[in-house]
Amino acid sequence: MMCHDARLLLHAYLDDELDAAQSVAMTRHMQACADCTAHYADFAQLRQAMTQGSLYRRAPDALRAQWTAAMPAAAAPASSPRPRRAPIALAMAAGFAAALLFATPLWFYASRQQAGGADTGLSEVVSSHIRSLQQQHLMDVVSTDQHTVKPWFDGKLDFAPRVKDLAGAGYPLVGGRLDALEGHSVAALVYKHGLHIINLYQWPVSTDAADTAATQWHGYNVLCWTRGRMRYVAVSDLNQSELRQFVLAFQDDATPVMR
Amino acid sequence: MPNKLHRHPPNPQASASASFEGVVLPHLDAAYNLARWLARDDTDAQDVVQEALLRALRYYASFHGGDARVWLLAIVRNTFYSLRMKVPADGVHEAFDDEMHAPPDEQPGPEAQTLLALDVGSLQRALENLPHPLREAIVLRELEECSYKEIASITGQKIGTVMSRLARARERLRLELSCPSKEARQHDVP
Ligand SMILES: [Zn+2]
Repeated sequence: MMCHDARLLLHAYLDDELDAAQSVAMTRHMQACADCTAHYADFAQLRQAMTQGSLYRRAPDALRAQWTAAMPAAAAPASSPRPRRAPIALAMAAGFAAALLFATPLWFYASRQQAGGADTGLSEVVSSHIRSLQQQHLMDVVSTDQHTVKPWFDGKLDFAPRVKDLAGAGYPLVGGRLDALEGHSVAALVYKHGLHIINLYQWPVSTDAADTAATQWHGYNVLCWTRGRMRYVAVSDLNQSELRQFVLAFQDDATPVMR
Repeated sequence: MPNKLHRHPPNPQASASASFEGVVLPHLDAAYNLARWLARDDTDAQDVVQEALLRALRYYASFHGGDARVWLLAIVRNTFYSLRMKVPADGVHEAFDDEMHAPPDEQPGPEAQTLLALDVGSLQRALENLPHPLREAIVLRELEECSYKEIASITGQKIGTVMSRLARARERLRLELSCPSKEARQHDVP
């Protein structure tokens, strides 16, 4: 073997990617060639220095928390990296199953397959929700009450969104922002329930004929309905029955709409 | 096994998201590490990983087993390059010619081992100065401990290309970290 070939193969040798014959040839060459051996020593030293760990960039906690907390119904008991979470996750999964069993006819469960990414509308809603969870995107107007949120939308949309304060029912309104879904400009109201965020999207439609549906997509629950010529989509990591409680609270006529 | 089946929620979609969490999210550190070394900035790296995970969620139905880390890292890499296209921050699009960067023919010099500056700061600077194609190869190899085959599949290159890029990456690092360095010479300039 010549030095020129050895210089290239040196790296594959260091990486243990040579076959047995090449490996033997390299070893022989280095036994006879001090120059290549010195090179090898340099690269081995370089590798040693690089793998000491301080160059590895671990994901920030906030990013990790956002993605692991984002999927509570996604009980992965066998492979969960943090076993302490498993009981809660399992309980939620059980709750979700119960919600399915006792589902009232008002909600039909649309089991949509994701084959071929056909369900782009749903993935768009959930993607929008996840994006909104990034701190700087969550809300344009931060508010503790509808009196700030409602006027904020004035002039920004060609319709007046229905804004309700649901703090009394356990869902404080924390803000609002403009978003776009399925080609519409939509109003997004941001509600909180404990540590969970609910995005409620709404935009006007021409009829009230559109279906009411409850779906789940990668651990997020999505409820859609139409009322008073307004299409509503609620999305959250709350489980389905909890999200339905929120929707019922929003639909409750006893709660006044802000005018 | 029966136990495991029993514990799964009775819903195909819930199972799908369970497996996304169990299969893809364990590689979050790997995703961030690659994004961070490509972007060289914390905020940009977070944006890249965020977008890559959203894409991974969207394409998860088309992931048919195999190595989830390799699959995710390929998405992270593609996301980085596609987001970078939108912002011409890096200036001119860096064209990389594998032939142009052939390893320099070493002058047959003294066989003594070179003294290398291997503190973290120097290493980091030297790595960040590598062109992207060389940087991603060496980061995947040394920090992520990927095999040549895995690197080839993540970067969409032939194994031979991976091998020569790694060789060139290391040659350049060695040159840059050699002790009578360019940096020392720069300090001499008044
Ligand atoms: Zn030699």
